[in-house]
Amino acid sequence: MFYRENGQYKTSYRSDQQIFAIAQDRWAILALIAFAFIGVPFIADEYMFRAILIPFLILSLAALGVNILVGYCGQISLGSGAFMAVGAYMAYNTYIRIEGMPLIVALLAGGFFATLVGMFFGIPSLRVKGLYLAVATLAAQFFCDWAFLRVGWFTNNNPSGSVSVSNLNAFGWAIDTPLEKYLFCLIFLVVFGLLAKNLVRSAIGREWMAIRDMDVAAAVIGIRPVYAKLSAFAVSSFIVGVAGALWGFVHLGSWEPAAFSIDRSFQLLFMVIIGGMGSIMGSFFGAAFIVILPIFLNQFLPAMGDMLGVSISTAAVSHTEFMIFGALIVWFLIVEPHGLAKLWSVAKQKLRLWPFPH
Amino acid sequence: MAFFLEALLGGLMAGMLYALVALGFVLIFKASGVFNFAQGAMVLFAALAMARFAEWVPEWLGINDKFLGNLIAFVLAGAIMFVLAWLIERLVLRHLVNQEGVTLLMATLGITYFLDGLGQTIFGSDIYKIDVGMPKDPVFLFDSVFPGGVLVNLEDVYAACIAALLVVVLSLFFQKTGTGRALRAVADDHQAAQSIGIPLNRIWVIVWFVAGITALVAGIIWGSKMGVQFSLTTVALRALPVIILGGLTSVPGAIIGGLIIGVGEKLSEVYLGPYVGGGIEIWFAYVLALVFLLFRPQGLFGEKIIDRV
Repeated sequence: MFYRENGQYKTSYRSDQQIFAIAQDRWAILALIAFAFIGVPFIADEYMFRAILIPFLILSLAALGVNILVGYCGQISLGSGAFMAVGAYMAYNTYIRIEGMPLIVALLAGGFFATLVGMFFGIPSLRVKGLYLAVATLAAQFFCDWAFLRVGWFTNNNPSGSVSVSNLNAFGWAIDTPLEKYLFCLIFLVVFGLLAKNLVRSAIGREWMAIRDMDVAAAVIGIRPVYAKLSAFAVSSFIVGVAGALWGFVHLGSWEPAAFSIDRSFQLLFMVIIGGMGSIMGSFFGAAFIVILPIFLNQFLPAMGDMLGVSISTAAVSHTEFMIFGALIVWFLIVEPHGLAKLWSVAKQKLRLWPFPH
Repeated sequence: MAFFLEALLGGLMAGMLYALVALGFVLIFKASGVFNFAQGAMVLFAALAMARFAEWVPEWLGINDKFLGNLIAFVLAGAIMFVLAWLIERLVLRHLVNQEGVTLLMATLGITYFLDGLGQTIFGSDIYKIDVGMPKDPVFLFDSVFPGGVLVNLEDVYAACIAALLVVVLSLFFQKTGTGRALRAVADDHQAAQSIGIPLNRIWVIVWFVAGITALVAGIIWGSKMGVQFSLTTVALRALPVIILGGLTSVPGAIIGGLIIGVGEKLSEVYLGPYVGGGIEIWFAYVLALVFLLFRPQGLFGEKIIDRV
């Protein structure tokens, strides 16, 4: 009824291989993107931009990167926070050390260095996998935490150990209000989302998925595990690195290594699990969920406590947040291992057939 | 020389404690194939329970005897760990049978977060003391051999002895009892064990309970050394490279790995740290394990990993 492909004939390979095969889907997504660019700026206030929308966009981008590695290539990583940190600090160093460095090039340079580091720490994945690899990637996390705290070069020998950037400017467009920051991040997210979507549909994406599903079998049919795994690490850390650079430059403005601690790594992994492993759409759902849930709980729990006549402290709220996160992770893994994205695709499928379920 | 020995001994003692935490990981991995990331949360949870019960029990029952109070607290904390093991089996593992290792790992990550929140909600989030009467005085050994002697913390010695005792008890339990044999059978092959009538679910509860008890012991030792607080969970993160080094499935591996990591950390901090800015304890173990993985992916004593299509 809502949603039917009757009469939409594919007469060329091009139209057969579109990202969204059904015209209604295509229009809906285009409308959504247009709304994000044009509609949201009118609706959202400054708090919305700062607390929800900008973090959501940047963390979606990071989750996208992690999803490529964990969801598409099956290489579990607990070191994503470190790659974000590398992106942020190296973008900072390129930005301040090279005179007249354009902002966007600096951000991409952050991604480039994150790629190098990611590939370096991805080398063990050639020999170990699964659980051992999870521990190996923790090495990246701890090493980077230490390096950015102790090695003065990274922070430009700043005595406080934190770094800051200001007066962001791209192509003569000064990015200083929350709205402009939002739009800037949105552009990045749309471009990278499109690139990632096309990448996972292409030959390399299929190689990653083959490695994920069974790496020995993949090797037997002629997929080079070295190439597939390292490319997944490279692409993933590039995106995560750019997200880290955006997080530092655009969202925080000034930051220290604690902004990219191991908790950030776990948070990104949770986004991927809850949103849906192996799904580009899932990264957005997961990020939205994880960004909004704490804000919601912070508002909701004290209000609920007031209603019941108990006052709930901030500590209690944060502990409850921990418990709810933990329970949700387990619940999702048991009930819906493919995450929110699966629910989305089930809903789409049902709408397509409605009102005749067969 | 005396200084080197001191560092070495300190490393060995710390390593013994790492080994104790690592043992919990290995036990669970051996018997259920679950890489239990929640071991650190279990250590914190158990230690919190112990510390708080040791405070509460004398109030409730009016006991003044410290030993009796601690004993009751220990039993209560142990009981809580049992309930926890049962709940985890009931609510989580039962539904994830035959899933991939990575899925199970992420489930234990969820358990970690849940336990961290729950423990601090029930028991509070301040710093608590555990006082089981471990001596705190340092002693000097080998006075005659080196000038000044070698400084040894008596507390560490006791801790090492307790850890060693626990290892012996666990090995006996695994080797000599019927339950231990069933555990080993489950570890070898879930399906085969099930087909000869070993109840998988009960075995898992037992294993998680045993891991809970090791967590409790580790928590008490660490807690009485530096107080019980949230940072205790990082102990588990420090113990992860230990099992990588020793091999995921090997109890002796956990111990030897623990000792190597403990000594390596201490010596690297003392002799290498000053040149690179210090604080390298945090990552040294990980990088050591990482390098080691490249040459021997299954660890020192781990079983060789064979992949079949």
